[in-house]
Amino acid sequence: MHELGIANSVLEAVQTEAARHPGAVVRKVAVTVGELAGVDPESLAFSFEALTTGTEWQHLILEIQTRPRMHRCPACGLDFRVVDYQFACPECGASKTECTGGDELELAYLEMEEP
Amino acid sequence: MNRVPLEKKVLSENDRIAGELRERFREHGVLCLNLISSPGAGKTLLLERTLESFAPGTRVAVLTGDIQTDNDARRLARSGFPVRQITTGGACHLDARMIERALTEWRLEDLDLLLIENVGNLVCPASYDLGEAAKIVVLSVAEGEDKPLKYPSIFFKSALLVLNKIDLLPYVPFRIEEARENARRVHPEMEIIEVSCTTGEGLDVWRQWLEARREAARSELREAPVC
Repeated sequence: MHELGIANSVLEAVQTEAARHPGAVVRKVAVTVGELAGVDPESLAFSFEALTTGTEWQHLILEIQTRPRMHRCPACGLDFRVVDYQFACPECGASKTECTGGDELELAYLEMEEP
Repeated sequence: MNRVPLEKKVLSENDRIAGELRERFREHGVLCLNLISSPGAGKTLLLERTLESFAPGTRVAVLTGDIQTDNDARRLARSGFPVRQITTGGACHLDARMIERALTEWRLEDLDLLLIENVGNLVCPASYDLGEAAKIVVLSVAEGEDKPLKYPSIFFKSALLVLNKIDLLPYVPFRIEEARENARRVHPEMEIIEVSCTTGEGLDVWRQWLEARREAARSELREAPVC
């Protein structure tokens, strides 16, 4: 259950950014979570709610965007989504392909109302 | 509504400290390894056997993390090498700041190997970079060959899988070939070593792996330009 710590890091980042926009009201924060990030989106949502309830941030919406594991084939250049650990290139059959995405744990954007 | 792009990592503060640690380890030619497993897979015994195999004066130190107790540090300190316990007081993983704090009493000049035993947990430690050169995942044959598929993040991020307790293979329904295949399905380039810390089988292969890594860290130091 390290999602509570991650939820706290998200909230801290929001507070830091909000401090740069005096008077603005932050409505939403979007976070990108890859399937290899080792973070459970439901636990993260639950932790974030627990953390913000009863505070000035309780109306802040957390949007979690999940990202699949992506690979690129060095032989033919195809980018493809890995399903059920099938790493071979579906186009040319090359067995060795490179992981290019899926371990993201990133803050994507904030939506705020400026005064 | 104004949309402000952030595009930064959620754990950017942890990653910043981990980056500083990695740079300090590199400057001093210290090989740092982060051992991760579920509770009871045998990290501590693997470390005990490893420390026993080092000649006195070997420049090695251990940081060991647990939620409570300093039992592991006391076990490991019998080796005579410097050992520090990090008790997280509830946190299910170590983070870079805990490592930074624990290192303040040691001089990196005196070390060339730092072994970190993470809190027993196959999930959360995967998210926290500690500045290590490599993560090592330890899986015991008493656990189940499908663990790599159930916990892909840590198997994906670890350079080496140590399959431990192979002396128990006659007594448990563990299909070791399937475990290897599952690990390679998640991480095709993963190195795999089979050991028993009870009988000592395979520990020579583990030591060779460790020595090759130490040598690589030392040669990187030699080749670094002198400013």
